[in-house]
Amino acid sequence: MDSIAQTIDAVLYWLAQPNILNILVLSVAKGGLVLNIILVIAAFLVWLERKVSAWMQYRDGPNRVGPFGLLQPLADVLKLYTKEDISPKNADKFFHRLAPVISIAIAISILCVVIPATYIYVGPEKLKFYFSVAPNVNVGMLVILALTSIGVFGVTLAGWSSNNKYSLMGGLRSSAQMISYELSMGLALIGVLMIAGSLDMNNIITSQANGKWNIFFQPLGFIIFLVASFAETNRAPFDLPEAEPELVGGYHTEYSGMKFGLFYLAEYANMATSSAVLTTLFLGGYDAPFAKELLGLQDGTLLMVLVQFGTFFAKVFALLFFFIWVRWTLPRFRYDQLMNLGWKVMLPLSLANILVTGGVMLLLKQFGIL
Amino acid sequence: MSLQVIMFMILGVGAIVTALGTITRRNPVASAMNLVAHFFMLSGLYLTLQAQFVAVVQVLVYAGAIMVLVVFVIMLLNVGKEEAHHESFTIRKVLGLVFAGAIVVQMLAIYLGSSPSAMSQLSSKSLTLGATESIGTVLFNQYLFPFEVISLLLLSALIGAVILAKRKVD
Repeated sequence: MDSIAQTIDAVLYWLAQPNILNILVLSVAKGGLVLNIILVIAAFLVWLERKVSAWMQYRDGPNRVGPFGLLQPLADVLKLYTKEDISPKNADKFFHRLAPVISIAIAISILCVVIPATYIYVGPEKLKFYFSVAPNVNVGMLVILALTSIGVFGVTLAGWSSNNKYSLMGGLRSSAQMISYELSMGLALIGVLMIAGSLDMNNIITSQANGKWNIFFQPLGFIIFLVASFAETNRAPFDLPEAEPELVGGYHTEYSGMKFGLFYLAEYANMATSSAVLTTLFLGGYDAPFAKELLGLQDGTLLMVLVQFGTFFAKVFALLFFFIWVRWTLPRFRYDQLMNLGWKVMLPLSLANILVTGGVMLLLKQFGIL
Repeated sequence: MSLQVIMFMILGVGAIVTALGTITRRNPVASAMNLVAHFFMLSGLYLTLQAQFVAVVQVLVYAGAIMVLVVFVIMLLNVGKEEAHHESFTIRKVLGLVFAGAIVVQMLAIYLGSSPSAMSQLSSKSLTLGATESIGTVLFNQYLFPFEVISLLLLSALIGAVILAKRKVD
Protein backbone atom coordinates (compact mmCIF):
# COMPACT_ATOMS: atom_id res chain seq x y z
CA MET A 1 0.00 0.00 0.00
CA ASP A 2 2.77 2.38 0.94
CA SER A 3 4.76 1.57 -2.19
CA ILE A 4 1.73 2.33 -4.41
CA ALA A 5 1.27 5.67 -2.69
CA GLN A 6 4.97 6.39 -3.16
CA THR A 7 4.85 5.53 -6.85
CA ILE A 8 1.82 7.77 -7.39
CA ASP A 9 3.58 10.51 -5.48
CA ALA A 10 6.67 10.14 -7.65
CA VAL A 11 4.67 10.19 -10.89
CA LEU A 12 2.69 13.25 -9.83
CA TYR A 13 5.91 14.93 -8.69
CA TRP A 14 7.44 14.28 -12.10
CA LEU A 15 4.31 15.62 -13.83
CA ALA A 16 4.22 18.72 -11.65
CA GLN A 17 7.60 19.87 -12.95
CA PRO A 18 6.92 22.91 -15.09
CA ASN A 19 8.17 22.03 -18.57
CA ILE A 20 6.34 22.22 -21.87
CA LEU A 21 5.83 18.49 -22.38
CA ASN A 22 4.39 17.92 -18.91
CA ILE A 23 2.10 20.90 -19.23
CA LEU A 24 0.78 19.57 -22.54
CA VAL A 25 0.29 16.03 -21.21
CA LEU A 26 -1.39 17.25 -18.04
CA SER A 27 -3.67 19.69 -19.88
CA VAL A 28 -4.88 17.00 -22.26
CA ALA A 29 -5.44 14.56 -19.40
CA LYS A 30 -7.30 17.11 -17.29
CA GLY A 31 -9.31 18.21 -20.33
CA GLY A 32 -10.40 14.60 -20.78
CA LEU A 33 -11.35 14.52 -17.12
CA VAL A 34 -13.51 17.64 -17.47
CA LEU A 35 -15.20 16.15 -20.54
CA ASN A 36 -16.04 13.04 -18.56
CA ILE A 37 -17.31 15.07 -15.61
CA ILE A 38 -19.61 16.95 -17.98
CA LEU A 39 -20.90 13.77 -19.62
CA VAL A 40 -21.58 12.07 -16.29
CA ILE A 41 -23.26 15.15 -14.79
CA ALA A 42 -25.38 15.68 -17.91
CA ALA A 43 -26.47 12.04 -18.00
CA PHE A 44 -27.35 12.15 -14.34
CA LEU A 45 -29.19 15.46 -14.79
CA VAL A 46 -31.33 14.09 -17.61
CA TRP A 47 -32.37 11.28 -15.32
CA LEU A 48 -32.86 13.63 -12.36
CA GLU A 49 -34.93 16.05 -14.42
CA ARG A 50 -37.31 13.32 -15.53
CA LYS A 51 -37.50 11.79 -12.07
CA VAL A 52 -38.10 15.12 -10.29
CA SER A 53 -40.69 16.27 -12.83
CA ALA A 54 -42.47 12.95 -12.46
CA TRP A 55 -42.38 13.26 -8.70
CA MET A 56 -43.86 16.76 -8.89
CA GLN A 57 -46.64 15.56 -11.19
CA TYR A 58 -47.49 12.37 -9.26
CA ARG A 59 -46.00 10.08 -11.89
CA ASP A 60 -43.34 7.40 -11.67
CA GLY A 61 -40.94 8.67 -14.31
CA PRO A 62 -38.38 6.37 -15.95
CA ASN A 63 -38.30 3.08 -14.05
CA ARG A 64 -37.72 0.32 -16.59
CA VAL A 65 -34.07 0.63 -17.69
CA GLY A 66 -31.78 -0.32 -14.81
CA PRO A 67 -32.41 0.24 -11.10
CA PHE A 68 -34.70 3.28 -10.58
CA GLY A 69 -34.40 3.88 -14.33
CA LEU A 70 -30.82 5.02 -13.82
CA LEU A 71 -29.69 3.65 -17.18
CA GLN A 72 -32.36 5.63 -19.04
CA PRO A 73 -29.86 8.33 -20.21
CA LEU A 74 -27.75 5.57 -21.78
CA ALA A 75 -30.76 4.36 -23.74
CA ASP A 76 -31.52 7.96 -24.76
CA VAL A 77 -28.00 8.48 -26.07
CA LEU A 78 -28.11 5.19 -28.01
CA LYS A 79 -31.37 6.33 -29.56
CA LEU A 80 -29.89 9.69 -30.54
CA TYR A 81 -26.81 8.05 -32.06
CA THR A 82 -28.75 5.62 -34.19
CA LYS A 83 -31.22 8.20 -35.47
CA GLU A 84 -30.89 9.50 -38.99
CA ASP A 85 -29.03 12.80 -39.13
CA ILE A 86 -31.19 15.07 -41.30
CA SER A 87 -30.21 18.54 -42.35
CA PRO A 88 -32.61 20.70 -44.36
CA LYS A 89 -32.01 21.09 -48.09
CA ASN A 90 -31.66 24.87 -47.99
CA ALA A 91 -29.65 25.03 -44.81
CA ASP A 92 -26.17 26.47 -44.73
CA LYS A 93 -24.44 23.11 -44.20
CA PHE A 94 -21.22 24.40 -42.66
CA PHE A 95 -22.81 26.65 -40.04
CA HIS A 96 -25.58 24.16 -39.42
CA ARG A 97 -22.89 21.73 -38.37
CA LEU A 98 -20.76 24.30 -36.56
CA ALA A 99 -23.52 25.69 -34.28
CA PRO A 100 -23.93 22.73 -31.89
CA VAL A 101 -20.15 22.39 -31.72
CA ILE A 102 -19.81 26.01 -30.57
CA SER A 103 -22.51 25.51 -27.94
CA ILE A 104 -20.93 22.47 -26.36
CA ALA A 105 -17.32 23.68 -26.73
CA ILE A 106 -18.09 26.89 -24.83
CA ALA A 107 -19.84 25.00 -22.04
CA ILE A 108 -16.84 22.69 -21.60
CA SER A 109 -14.28 25.52 -21.69
CA ILE A 110 -16.12 27.44 -18.98
CA LEU A 111 -16.14 24.41 -16.72
CA CYS A 112 -12.35 24.17 -17.16
CA VAL A 113 -11.97 27.58 -15.49
CA VAL A 114 -14.62 27.03 -12.82
CA ILE A 115 -13.43 23.74 -11.29
CA PRO A 116 -11.76 24.87 -8.06
CA ALA A 117 -7.97 24.92 -7.75
CA THR A 118 -7.54 22.28 -5.06
CA TYR A 119 -4.08 20.76 -4.78
CA ILE A 120 -2.01 18.15 -3.02
CA TYR A 121 1.64 18.48 -2.08
CA VAL A 122 3.88 16.04 -3.95
CA GLY A 123 7.54 15.12 -3.71
CA PRO A 124 10.20 16.25 -1.27
CA GLU A 125 9.86 19.96 -2.15
CA LYS A 126 6.10 19.99 -1.56
CA LEU A 127 5.26 21.04 -5.08
CA LYS A 128 1.58 21.83 -5.58
CA PHE A 129 -0.18 19.40 -7.89
CA TYR A 130 -3.45 20.95 -9.09
CA PHE A 131 -6.46 18.90 -10.10
CA SER A 132 -8.10 21.62 -12.16
CA VAL A 133 -7.25 22.42 -15.78
CA ALA A 134 -6.57 26.11 -15.33
CA PRO A 135 -5.82 26.88 -11.68
CA ASN A 136 -5.31 30.48 -10.55
CA VAL A 137 -6.20 32.29 -13.77
CA ASN A 138 -5.88 35.85 -12.55
CA VAL A 139 -8.64 37.11 -14.84
CA GLY A 140 -10.75 33.98 -14.25
CA MET A 141 -14.12 35.65 -13.78
CA LEU A 142 -13.64 37.76 -16.92
CA VAL A 143 -12.77 34.63 -18.90
CA ILE A 144 -16.07 33.10 -17.80
CA LEU A 145 -18.02 36.21 -18.82
CA ALA A 146 -16.20 36.38 -22.17
CA LEU A 147 -16.87 32.73 -22.97
CA THR A 148 -20.52 33.05 -21.92
CA SER A 149 -20.95 35.92 -24.34
CA ILE A 150 -19.43 33.78 -27.13
CA GLY A 151 -21.96 31.04 -26.37
CA VAL A 152 -24.69 33.18 -27.92
CA PHE A 153 -23.20 32.44 -31.35
CA GLY A 154 -24.11 28.76 -31.10
CA VAL A 155 -27.80 29.48 -30.68
CA THR A 156 -27.86 32.39 -33.14
CA LEU A 157 -26.08 30.46 -35.90
CA ALA A 158 -28.28 27.42 -35.34
CA GLY A 159 -31.36 29.57 -35.83
CA TRP A 160 -30.00 31.35 -38.88
CA SER A 161 -28.42 28.44 -40.72
CA SER A 162 -31.52 26.22 -40.52
CA ASN A 163 -33.27 28.49 -43.02
CA ASN A 164 -36.58 28.12 -41.26
CA LYS A 165 -38.63 31.00 -39.88
CA TYR A 166 -39.35 29.32 -36.55
CA SER A 167 -35.69 28.54 -36.05
CA LEU A 168 -34.74 32.10 -36.95
CA MET A 169 -37.30 33.54 -34.53
CA GLY A 170 -36.02 31.21 -31.81
CA GLY A 171 -32.43 32.19 -32.49
CA LEU A 172 -33.25 35.92 -32.48
CA ARG A 173 -35.24 35.68 -29.26
CA SER A 174 -32.55 33.71 -27.58
CA SER A 175 -29.73 36.06 -28.55
CA ALA A 176 -31.76 39.11 -27.51
CA GLN A 177 -32.51 37.45 -24.20
CA MET A 178 -28.93 36.39 -23.56
CA ILE A 179 -27.54 39.84 -24.41
CA SER A 180 -30.05 41.52 -22.08
CA TYR A 181 -29.40 39.27 -19.13
CA GLU A 182 -25.63 39.08 -19.57
CA LEU A 183 -25.55 42.74 -18.60
CA SER A 184 -27.24 42.36 -15.22
CA MET A 185 -25.27 39.17 -14.67
CA GLY A 186 -21.97 41.02 -15.11
CA LEU A 187 -23.09 43.92 -12.93
CA ALA A 188 -24.46 41.66 -10.18
CA LEU A 189 -21.12 40.02 -9.56
CA ILE A 190 -19.21 43.30 -9.25
CA GLY A 191 -20.24 43.44 -5.58
CA VAL A 192 -18.58 40.06 -5.05
CA LEU A 193 -15.47 41.18 -6.88
CA MET A 194 -15.29 44.30 -4.70
CA ILE A 195 -15.41 42.18 -1.54
CA ALA A 196 -12.87 39.66 -2.83
CA GLY A 197 -10.66 42.30 -4.45
CA SER A 198 -9.70 39.86 -7.18
CA LEU A 199 -10.92 38.28 -10.42
CA ASP A 200 -9.20 35.00 -9.60
CA MET A 201 -11.78 32.30 -8.84
CA ASN A 202 -9.57 30.81 -6.16
CA ASN A 203 -9.09 34.15 -4.38
CA ILE A 204 -12.85 34.65 -4.48
CA ILE A 205 -13.27 31.30 -2.72
CA THR A 206 -10.57 31.95 -0.12
CA SER A 207 -12.07 35.37 0.64
CA GLN A 208 -15.22 33.55 1.77
CA ALA A 209 -13.40 31.07 4.00
CA ASN A 210 -14.92 29.92 7.31
CA GLY A 211 -18.56 30.41 6.41
CA LYS A 212 -18.30 34.07 5.40
CA TRP A 213 -20.19 33.29 2.22
CA ASN A 214 -21.07 36.09 -0.12
CA ILE A 215 -24.73 35.08 -0.18
CA PHE A 216 -25.01 36.67 3.30
CA PHE A 217 -23.35 39.93 2.25
CA GLN A 218 -24.73 40.09 -1.29
CA PRO A 219 -28.24 38.62 -1.15
CA LEU A 220 -29.51 40.90 -3.90
CA GLY A 221 -26.51 40.11 -6.09
CA PHE A 222 -27.16 36.42 -5.57
CA ILE A 223 -30.81 36.67 -6.58
CA ILE A 224 -30.03 38.75 -9.68
CA PHE A 225 -27.24 36.39 -10.70
CA LEU A 226 -29.47 33.37 -10.16
CA VAL A 227 -32.30 34.79 -12.26
CA ALA A 228 -29.85 35.83 -14.98
CA SER A 229 -28.44 32.28 -14.95
CA PHE A 230 -31.90 30.91 -15.63
CA ALA A 231 -32.18 33.27 -18.59
CA GLU A 232 -28.67 32.48 -19.84
CA THR A 233 -29.32 28.74 -19.85
CA ASN A 234 -32.67 29.25 -21.63
CA ARG A 235 -34.54 27.31 -19.00
CA ALA A 236 -38.04 27.83 -17.69
CA PRO A 237 -39.42 30.34 -16.85
CA PHE A 238 -37.13 31.90 -19.47
CA ASP A 239 -37.36 29.17 -22.12
CA LEU A 240 -38.91 31.43 -24.76
CA PRO A 241 -36.33 30.51 -27.40
CA GLU A 242 -37.83 27.05 -27.55
CA ALA A 243 -41.45 27.81 -26.63
CA GLU A 244 -43.19 24.84 -28.25
CA PRO A 245 -46.68 26.33 -28.76
CA GLU A 246 -45.30 29.31 -30.68
CA LEU A 247 -42.04 28.23 -32.24
CA VAL A 248 -42.20 24.42 -32.68
CA GLY A 249 -38.75 23.74 -31.18
CA GLY A 250 -37.10 27.14 -31.52
CA TYR A 251 -33.54 27.25 -32.78
CA HIS A 252 -33.12 23.47 -32.77
CA THR A 253 -36.28 22.69 -34.75
CA GLU A 254 -34.25 21.48 -37.73
CA TYR A 255 -31.76 19.42 -35.76
CA SER A 256 -31.98 15.68 -35.35
CA GLY A 257 -29.87 12.81 -34.12
CA MET A 258 -26.68 13.57 -32.25
CA LYS A 259 -26.56 17.20 -33.44
CA PHE A 260 -29.72 17.75 -31.43
CA GLY A 261 -28.10 15.66 -28.73
CA LEU A 262 -25.22 18.15 -28.55
CA PHE A 263 -27.62 21.04 -27.94
CA TYR A 264 -29.34 18.97 -25.30
CA LEU A 265 -25.99 18.19 -23.71
CA ALA A 266 -24.97 21.85 -23.90
CA GLU A 267 -28.12 22.88 -22.02
CA TYR A 268 -27.30 20.58 -19.13
CA ALA A 269 -23.61 21.43 -19.27
CA ASN A 270 -24.56 25.13 -19.07
CA MET A 271 -26.74 24.41 -16.05
CA ALA A 272 -23.81 22.67 -14.40
CA THR A 273 -21.39 25.52 -15.16
CA SER A 274 -23.87 28.17 -13.99
CA SER A 275 -24.36 26.30 -10.74
CA ALA A 276 -20.60 25.94 -10.34
CA VAL A 277 -20.09 29.69 -10.92
CA LEU A 278 -22.88 30.51 -8.45
CA THR A 279 -21.31 28.17 -5.91
CA THR A 280 -17.90 29.78 -6.37
CA LEU A 281 -19.15 33.35 -6.20
CA PHE A 282 -21.83 33.19 -3.53
CA LEU A 283 -21.78 29.88 -1.68
CA GLY A 284 -18.14 29.77 -0.66
CA GLY A 285 -16.96 27.35 -3.37
CA TYR A 286 -15.29 24.35 -1.72
CA ASP A 287 -15.36 25.99 1.70
CA ALA A 288 -16.70 23.54 4.24
CA PRO A 289 -16.65 25.25 7.65
CA PHE A 290 -16.34 21.95 9.50
CA ALA A 291 -13.50 20.36 7.50
CA LYS A 292 -10.57 21.95 9.28
CA GLU A 293 -11.92 22.28 12.80
CA LEU A 294 -13.87 19.06 13.24
CA LEU A 295 -12.02 16.65 10.98
CA GLY A 296 -8.61 18.23 11.54
CA LEU A 297 -7.64 18.10 7.87
CA GLN A 298 -4.65 19.97 6.47
CA ASP A 299 -4.37 21.77 3.15
CA GLY A 300 -2.61 19.76 0.48
CA THR A 301 -3.59 16.27 1.62
CA LEU A 302 -5.58 13.91 -0.56
CA LEU A 303 -8.36 13.65 2.01
CA MET A 304 -8.74 17.44 2.07
CA VAL A 305 -9.02 17.49 -1.72
CA LEU A 306 -11.75 14.85 -1.58
CA VAL A 307 -13.66 16.80 1.09
CA GLN A 308 -13.30 20.03 -0.92
CA PHE A 309 -14.50 18.44 -4.15
CA GLY A 310 -17.30 16.72 -2.27
CA THR A 311 -18.45 20.01 -0.72
CA PHE A 312 -18.21 21.82 -4.03
CA PHE A 313 -20.25 19.27 -5.94
CA ALA A 314 -22.79 18.92 -3.13
CA LYS A 315 -23.48 22.66 -3.39
CA VAL A 316 -23.57 22.45 -7.18
CA PHE A 317 -26.11 19.64 -7.06
CA ALA A 318 -28.28 21.49 -4.56
CA LEU A 319 -28.43 24.38 -7.04
CA LEU A 320 -29.07 22.03 -9.95
CA PHE A 321 -32.00 20.56 -8.07
CA PHE A 322 -33.28 24.11 -7.60
CA PHE A 323 -32.97 24.70 -11.38
CA ILE A 324 -35.13 21.64 -12.05
CA TRP A 325 -37.57 22.50 -9.28
CA VAL A 326 -38.15 25.97 -10.76
CA ARG A 327 -38.59 24.62 -14.28
CA TRP A 328 -41.42 22.30 -13.29
CA THR A 329 -43.27 24.74 -11.03
CA LEU A 330 -43.24 28.12 -12.79
CA PRO A 331 -45.04 29.05 -16.03
CA ARG A 332 -43.23 30.67 -18.94
CA PHE A 333 -42.90 34.47 -19.16
CA ARG A 334 -44.42 36.49 -21.95
CA TYR A 335 -41.77 38.08 -24.16
CA ASP A 336 -42.43 41.70 -23.14
CA GLN A 337 -42.49 40.68 -19.46
CA LEU A 338 -39.09 39.08 -19.93
CA MET A 339 -37.59 42.18 -21.51
CA ASN A 340 -39.17 44.47 -18.89
CA LEU A 341 -37.79 42.35 -16.09
CA GLY A 342 -34.33 42.33 -17.62
CA TRP A 343 -33.99 46.02 -18.46
CA LYS A 344 -36.32 47.84 -16.08
CA VAL A 345 -35.98 45.80 -12.89
CA MET A 346 -32.78 43.76 -12.80
CA LEU A 347 -30.45 46.27 -14.44
CA PRO A 348 -31.29 49.20 -12.09
CA LEU A 349 -31.26 46.86 -9.09
CA SER A 350 -27.81 45.53 -9.94
CA LEU A 351 -26.52 49.09 -10.41
CA ALA A 352 -27.98 50.05 -7.03
CA ASN A 353 -26.32 46.98 -5.54
CA ILE A 354 -22.90 48.20 -6.71
CA LEU A 355 -23.54 51.65 -5.30
CA VAL A 356 -24.68 50.37 -1.89
CA THR A 357 -21.84 47.83 -1.67
CA GLY A 358 -19.28 50.52 -2.46
CA GLY A 359 -20.83 52.93 0.05
CA VAL A 360 -20.92 50.38 2.86
CA MET A 361 -17.35 49.32 2.16
CA LEU A 362 -16.20 52.96 2.28
CA LEU A 363 -18.03 53.49 5.59
CA LEU A 364 -16.53 50.33 7.10
CA LYS A 365 -13.07 51.46 5.98
CA GLN A 366 -13.71 54.85 7.56
CA PHE A 367 -14.47 53.24 10.90
CA GLY A 368 -11.56 50.89 10.51
CA ILE A 369 -13.61 47.70 10.60
CA LEU A 370 -12.57 46.48 7.16
CA MET B 1 12.49 28.15 -31.13
CA SER B 2 10.83 29.07 -27.89
CA LEU B 3 7.20 28.34 -27.17
CA GLN B 4 6.45 32.03 -27.48
CA VAL B 5 7.76 32.18 -31.05
CA ILE B 6 5.82 29.06 -32.04
CA MET B 7 2.62 30.49 -30.58
CA PHE B 8 3.27 33.78 -32.33
CA MET B 9 3.68 31.99 -35.67
CA ILE B 10 0.46 29.99 -35.28
CA LEU B 11 -1.61 32.93 -34.03
CA GLY B 12 -0.11 35.39 -36.52
CA VAL B 13 -0.81 33.16 -39.53
CA GLY B 14 -4.29 32.45 -38.12
CA ALA B 15 -4.96 36.16 -37.70
CA ILE B 16 -3.93 36.93 -41.29
CA VAL B 17 -5.93 34.04 -42.74
CA THR B 18 -9.10 34.96 -40.83
CA ALA B 19 -8.66 38.65 -41.67
CA LEU B 20 -8.45 37.73 -45.36
CA GLY B 21 -11.50 35.52 -44.88
CA THR B 22 -13.40 38.47 -43.44
CA ILE B 23 -12.93 40.62 -46.54
CA THR B 24 -13.18 37.90 -49.19
CA ARG B 25 -16.27 35.95 -48.10
CA ARG B 26 -19.42 36.85 -50.03
CA ASN B 27 -21.70 35.48 -47.34
CA PRO B 28 -22.05 38.16 -44.63
CA VAL B 29 -22.42 35.66 -41.78
CA ALA B 30 -19.31 33.76 -42.89
CA SER B 31 -17.48 37.07 -43.04
CA ALA B 32 -18.63 37.99 -39.52
CA MET B 33 -17.62 34.61 -38.10
CA ASN B 34 -14.19 34.99 -39.67
CA LEU B 35 -13.88 38.30 -37.85
CA VAL B 36 -14.83 36.59 -34.58
CA ALA B 37 -12.08 34.02 -35.17
CA HIS B 38 -9.72 36.89 -35.95
CA PHE B 39 -10.48 38.53 -32.59
CA PHE B 40 -9.65 35.25 -30.89
CA MET B 41 -6.28 35.14 -32.67
CA LEU B 42 -5.56 38.73 -31.61
CA SER B 43 -6.53 37.86 -28.06
CA GLY B 44 -4.06 34.97 -28.16
CA LEU B 45 -1.36 37.35 -29.41
CA TYR B 46 -2.02 39.66 -26.45
CA LEU B 47 -1.66 36.66 -24.15
CA THR B 48 1.80 35.90 -25.54
CA LEU B 49 2.67 39.48 -24.56
CA GLN B 50 1.44 38.85 -20.97
CA ALA B 51 -1.47 41.26 -21.35
CA GLN B 52 -4.17 39.03 -19.86
CA PHE B 53 -6.69 41.75 -19.15
CA VAL B 54 -6.55 43.19 -22.65
CA ALA B 55 -6.75 39.69 -24.11
CA VAL B 56 -9.91 38.78 -22.22
CA VAL B 57 -11.54 42.15 -22.81
CA GLN B 58 -10.81 41.79 -26.52
CA VAL B 59 -12.95 38.64 -26.57
CA LEU B 60 -15.54 39.96 -24.12
CA VAL B 61 -16.18 43.27 -25.88
CA TYR B 62 -15.41 42.67 -29.55
CA ALA B 63 -16.19 39.01 -30.13
CA GLY B 64 -18.83 38.65 -27.45
CA ALA B 65 -20.74 41.92 -27.59
CA ILE B 66 -20.10 43.82 -30.81
CA MET B 67 -19.96 40.83 -33.16
CA VAL B 68 -23.06 39.30 -31.59
CA LEU B 69 -24.87 42.55 -32.41
CA VAL B 70 -23.47 42.51 -35.95
CA VAL B 71 -24.61 38.92 -36.53
CA PHE B 72 -27.94 39.82 -34.95
CA VAL B 73 -28.46 42.69 -37.40
CA ILE B 74 -27.38 40.56 -40.38
CA MET B 75 -29.97 37.98 -39.38
CA LEU B 76 -32.70 40.54 -38.72
CA LEU B 77 -32.24 42.16 -42.12
CA ASN B 78 -31.78 38.70 -43.63
CA VAL B 79 -28.95 39.88 -45.85
CA GLY B 80 -28.37 37.34 -48.57
CA LYS B 81 -25.20 36.57 -50.45
CA GLU B 82 -23.75 39.70 -51.91
CA GLU B 83 -24.03 39.58 -55.69
CA ALA B 84 -20.77 39.62 -57.56
CA HIS B 85 -20.81 43.23 -58.65
CA HIS B 86 -18.67 44.89 -61.23
CA GLU B 87 -15.45 46.25 -59.81
CA SER B 88 -14.55 49.73 -60.96
CA PHE B 89 -11.63 51.97 -60.12
CA THR B 90 -12.87 55.10 -58.40
CA ILE B 91 -10.90 57.86 -56.74
CA ARG B 92 -11.85 56.35 -53.35
CA LYS B 93 -10.25 53.05 -54.15
CA VAL B 94 -7.08 54.70 -55.42
CA LEU B 95 -6.85 56.77 -52.22
CA GLY B 96 -7.47 53.64 -50.15
CA LEU B 97 -4.64 51.84 -51.88
CA VAL B 98 -2.30 54.82 -51.33
CA PHE B 99 -3.06 54.99 -47.59
CA ALA B 100 -2.81 51.24 -47.13
CA GLY B 101 0.53 51.28 -48.93
CA ALA B 102 1.73 54.13 -46.71
CA ILE B 103 0.91 52.10 -43.56
CA VAL B 104 2.78 49.07 -44.91
CA VAL B 105 5.84 51.24 -45.68
CA GLN B 106 5.71 52.80 -42.21
CA MET B 107 5.49 49.45 -40.45
CA LEU B 108 8.34 48.03 -42.52
CA ALA B 109 10.43 51.11 -41.72
CA ILE B 110 9.83 50.67 -38.00
CA TYR B 111 10.48 46.95 -38.13
CA LEU B 112 13.70 47.25 -40.15
CA GLY B 113 14.91 50.28 -38.23
CA SER B 114 14.64 48.79 -34.76
CA SER B 115 17.25 46.49 -33.28
CA PRO B 116 16.00 42.89 -33.09
CA SER B 117 17.06 42.42 -29.48
CA ALA B 118 14.66 45.07 -28.28
CA MET B 119 11.70 43.19 -29.72
CA SER B 120 12.59 39.63 -28.86
CA GLN B 121 12.48 40.17 -25.11
CA LEU B 122 9.61 41.12 -22.87
CA SER B 123 10.26 43.61 -20.14
CA SER B 124 10.34 42.03 -16.70
CA LYS B 125 7.63 44.43 -15.63
CA SER B 126 5.22 43.25 -18.36
CA LEU B 127 3.64 40.57 -16.16
CA THR B 128 2.46 43.09 -13.56
CA LEU B 129 1.68 45.77 -16.13
CA GLY B 130 -0.77 43.50 -17.94
CA ALA B 131 -2.68 42.61 -14.78
CA THR B 132 -6.09 44.06 -14.04
CA GLU B 133 -4.89 45.93 -10.94
CA SER B 134 -2.28 48.03 -12.70
CA ILE B 135 -4.60 48.92 -15.58
CA GLY B 136 -7.30 49.92 -13.09
CA THR B 137 -4.89 52.01 -11.06
CA VAL B 138 -3.66 53.92 -14.11
CA LEU B 139 -7.15 54.28 -15.55
CA PHE B 140 -8.72 55.69 -12.38
CA ASN B 141 -5.85 57.95 -11.36
CA GLN B 142 -3.79 59.22 -14.26
CA TYR B 143 -6.49 58.99 -16.94
CA LEU B 144 -9.60 59.58 -14.84
CA PHE B 145 -10.73 62.67 -16.75
CA PRO B 146 -10.47 61.17 -20.27
CA PHE B 147 -12.15 58.03 -18.93
CA GLU B 148 -15.15 59.98 -17.63
CA VAL B 149 -15.35 62.08 -20.79
CA ILE B 150 -15.48 58.92 -22.90
CA SER B 151 -18.33 57.59 -20.78
CA LEU B 152 -20.21 60.87 -21.34
CA LEU B 153 -19.57 60.52 -25.08
CA LEU B 154 -21.00 57.00 -25.06
CA LEU B 155 -24.00 58.18 -23.05
CA SER B 156 -24.77 60.93 -25.56
CA ALA B 157 -24.49 58.43 -28.42
CA LEU B 158 -26.89 56.15 -26.58
CA ILE B 159 -29.43 58.94 -26.03
CA GLY B 160 -29.04 60.02 -29.66
CA ALA B 161 -29.81 56.50 -30.86
CA VAL B 162 -32.91 56.32 -28.67
CA ILE B 163 -34.18 59.68 -29.96
CA LEU B 164 -33.58 58.69 -33.58
CA ALA B 165 -35.43 55.41 -33.08
CA LYS B 166 -38.33 57.13 -31.25
CA ARG B 167 -38.87 59.69 -33.98
CA LYS B 168 -39.65 56.99 -36.53
CA VAL B 169 -42.26 55.37 -34.32
CA ASP B 170 -44.18 58.55 -33.50
